[in-house]
Amino acid sequence: MTTTYERILDHASRADPYPLYAELRETPVARQPDGSYVVSTYREIVSLLHDPRVSSVAEDQDARLSDLPQPFIRLDPPDHDRLRRLAMRHFGPPESPGRIDALIPRMTGIVTGLIDGLAGRGKVDIVDDFAYPLPVTVICELLGVPREDEPLFHQWSQTIISTIDPGTGSMAERTRRRALTLTELGHYLDGLADERLRRPADDLLSGFVSEQEFPRGDLLATSALLLVAGHETTVNLIANGVLTLLRHPHALGRLHREPGWAPAVVEELLRYEPPVQFLAPLRHALADIELAGVTIPRGAVITIALAAGSRDPARFHDPDRFDPDRVDNQHLGFGGGIHHCFGAPLARLETQLALAEFARRFIGPRLVADPPPYRPHPFLRGPRHLLVEFDDIVPA
Amino acid sequence: MRVVVDLTRCQGYGQCAFLAPDVFTMRGDEALVYEPHPDDSQRERVLRAAAACPVQAMVIDEVNGLGRHRRPADGHGRTPPLVENVVIVGASLAGLRAAATLRREGYEGSVTLIGDELGDPYDRPPLSKQVLTGLADAGETALPLRRALDADWIRGVRATGLDVAAREVLLDDGRKVGFDRLLIATGARARPWPDAAQAALDGVFVLRTREDAARLRARLADRPGRVLVIGAGFTGSEVASACRELGLPVTVVERDHAPLAGSLGGVIGAVAAELQREHGVDLRCGVTVTALEGDDRGRLVRARLSDGETVEAGVAVVALGAARNVEWLEGSGLAAGVWGVGCDAGCRAFDVNGLVTDDIFVAGDVARFPHPLYQYQFLALEHWGNAVAQAQVAAHNMISAQTGRWAHLSLPVFWSAQFGVNIKSVGVPTFADQVAIVQGSAADRRFVAAYGYRGRITAAVAFGQAMWLEFYQELIERAAPFPPDFAMVDRPPEIQVLPAEMPERVSPAQGATVVVTGHDPDERRAVLVRPRS
Repeated sequence: MTTTYERILDHASRADPYPLYAELRETPVARQPDGSYVVSTYREIVSLLHDPRVSSVAEDQDARLSDLPQPFIRLDPPDHDRLRRLAMRHFGPPESPGRIDALIPRMTGIVTGLIDGLAGRGKVDIVDDFAYPLPVTVICELLGVPREDEPLFHQWSQTIISTIDPGTGSMAERTRRRALTLTELGHYLDGLADERLRRPADDLLSGFVSEQEFPRGDLLATSALLLVAGHETTVNLIANGVLTLLRHPHALGRLHREPGWAPAVVEELLRYEPPVQFLAPLRHALADIELAGVTIPRGAVITIALAAGSRDPARFHDPDRFDPDRVDNQHLGFGGGIHHCFGAPLARLETQLALAEFARRFIGPRLVADPPPYRPHPFLRGPRHLLVEFDDIVPA
Repeated sequence: MRVVVDLTRCQGYGQCAFLAPDVFTMRGDEALVYEPHPDDSQRERVLRAAAACPVQAMVIDEVNGLGRHRRPADGHGRTPPLVENVVIVGASLAGLRAAATLRREGYEGSVTLIGDELGDPYDRPPLSKQVLTGLADAGETALPLRRALDADWIRGVRATGLDVAAREVLLDDGRKVGFDRLLIATGARARPWPDAAQAALDGVFVLRTREDAARLRARLADRPGRVLVIGAGFTGSEVASACRELGLPVTVVERDHAPLAGSLGGVIGAVAAELQREHGVDLRCGVTVTALEGDDRGRLVRARLSDGETVEAGVAVVALGAARNVEWLEGSGLAAGVWGVGCDAGCRAFDVNGLVTDDIFVAGDVARFPHPLYQYQFLALEHWGNAVAQAQVAAHNMISAQTGRWAHLSLPVFWSAQFGVNIKSVGVPTFADQVAIVQGSAADRRFVAAYGYRGRITAAVAFGQAMWLEFYQELIERAAPFPPDFAMVDRPPEIQVLPAEMPERVSPAQGATVVVTGHDPDERRAVLVRPRS
């Protein structure tokens, strides 16, 4: 007999996992046959995100497999705090508060250029032609990775994220595969870091190498994390956004008339169709944790179903309705607690600009297939292709 | 536009500081300061920031730009039929939030707000932080409103009396204002320097009102030389922090043996002392100021200390705590005194006999209420978050039937930003006999300290670690054992449980002399006797 969670992992469930999430929530803390626990209700998720008895350090991780140390997403305080703060010094407040805000003109320029390039086509793949190139270009420029190397690191990145899909092999095999790929990616980034030491530029890598206290290994692990996360998640948020808007023509029409509505649209998307459906990496309990009448024993692996929590009817009124006007939308789209998404402000702005411009400039857009074909990944969910036909494109 | 961030909710995610960097600024890792009255050119960015807040802690007026229309709630329970005239005395945070709650719950009768200050109600926390450093003007801290209140305002007028039997508030201009339900939200005021002549010296300040802040800011901007801060509670410490940020030399004099010791105990107070000294504060503990001295033109020049030393200073900020505004209730028959106004958990005021009234409510700094988690002790909290939460409960109860009433049971939460550190507390730290650092390290100024009373956890205080406090809040609410005995991230190798070093708890009703008269139950009465001074 398969559990609800196992059915969710089944790639066939990707187009609409939400009915399965509802089933999952019937047991807020559900023990799996392998002894791990899946948590799917809002209150319980928020509680775990702030619970210091929950560790992000995977117990089976074997650092010797890879040249790279673990990035901060897989560490606990104080190491997590120290490394995240070092990275933040160059990315945002308190030391670099205006950095992301200053990217708005450039991001707008990229969006405008991408849409300009689609004029006259009549039919496009929103994923490959729009949702993917925007965040990749932004993260490359911000981090300091040559855009032309994209075929190279795209492959590494795909391999790395496939290793967090529990459906793609045993834990040991996936850990080994991730370690090997990270080693390659690390070598690649190491070369770039050396270059930045010689010729500093206005990018994150240059900032990172300028930090005395940032060991080279940690610096490379952080950069690898940002590169992978920066272009495997926002692509799905944008694609999910275009899909959702095309399924809700009134919302698309309003965004067309009212571009200032974009922030609310994006927040609701993060609740309604989040790109990160489950927290990855997995967590584990450092002590027995009592939650919703269940004791998660010390050492147990914990899977947190963020997307199920954001559709919890006990927290959100009419949760399966796409309603950007909903008040008090404290969604779980970016997680919470100390591991709250590092790149959230970047993802938000990119998606706000992309969706507002899509709504403004595409005339008569319509879905070619609904549902579209999906990437198989259960945690990082989004369409593989999103074919859209349209009548015309408004000049910029 | 007007902005206020509910820093009780804020966990320092910093999303606002990314998205509107000219309005929201992080000091250190998680202390947020912001411009409460940003220019309209920042509107788009502020709305983005508000939408992005992971804990939805931002209140902005006219939120329609984002389409976030607040819909009226259905209300809870029935409004008792006779309530059509609500009067609120005190038009600051608690009074304003109470009025907003009444309207949100669908109450359609009249609301009268009586305040002794002119101008719109304003937010106080910025006064000791961004106003002193010049990031914001004292005049620009008005509280935002999510919707029109439709209230009658009586401003610049002081309430001077209350006639409980006639249900009337008396005003200093001779007016009488009748009510069906009254909310007492008159708050507190700064305790002045006890010697009136010394207090009148040019250069001696208190900090409570917008005007106080404007005056002090103007003087600090003139580079007045050394600033003497008398009292190292939260206000005094924040003033010292702002002065250091301005590059001014600062001496802090504290009677206790550490700053913040009165609220957080001596162990954590010692960490606060190190923090102050690291930032260049000349901190003198276990000492009091015995006299302030001026020159022949009446300008402050120095202070004399109890240890015989003198401090040359051009400015003295008297930060000796607050006194509750209860004088206007004298003779009203309510249980009002230096301790505040006693009330039940539903915010209904007690009369002097300890009988609960049914039409007079209390909220905010002036209220003293029982909290079941703290052995039903009566607490008076001068916290922003308490004013908001209690005002909502009071307003709800004013217009609800008996069965639909709420109890004010929220755990106290407060915060303070000083010297680049966000200090945040949940629970009641003074209700403790032991304390232990359970996460992080005091040496790094990043830690969580848990407080225990007789083996159960009663409070937690975080320095730069606010995101963990939700967990400790749950522990406190469940009366979990102290010290925590489980493994957690960032746990020190050995948890050292120390005596909390709390100042001796003084009975809040000290000085209240009550005479009970009569013999039979129907004639027994308590009468408050004014202390002879």
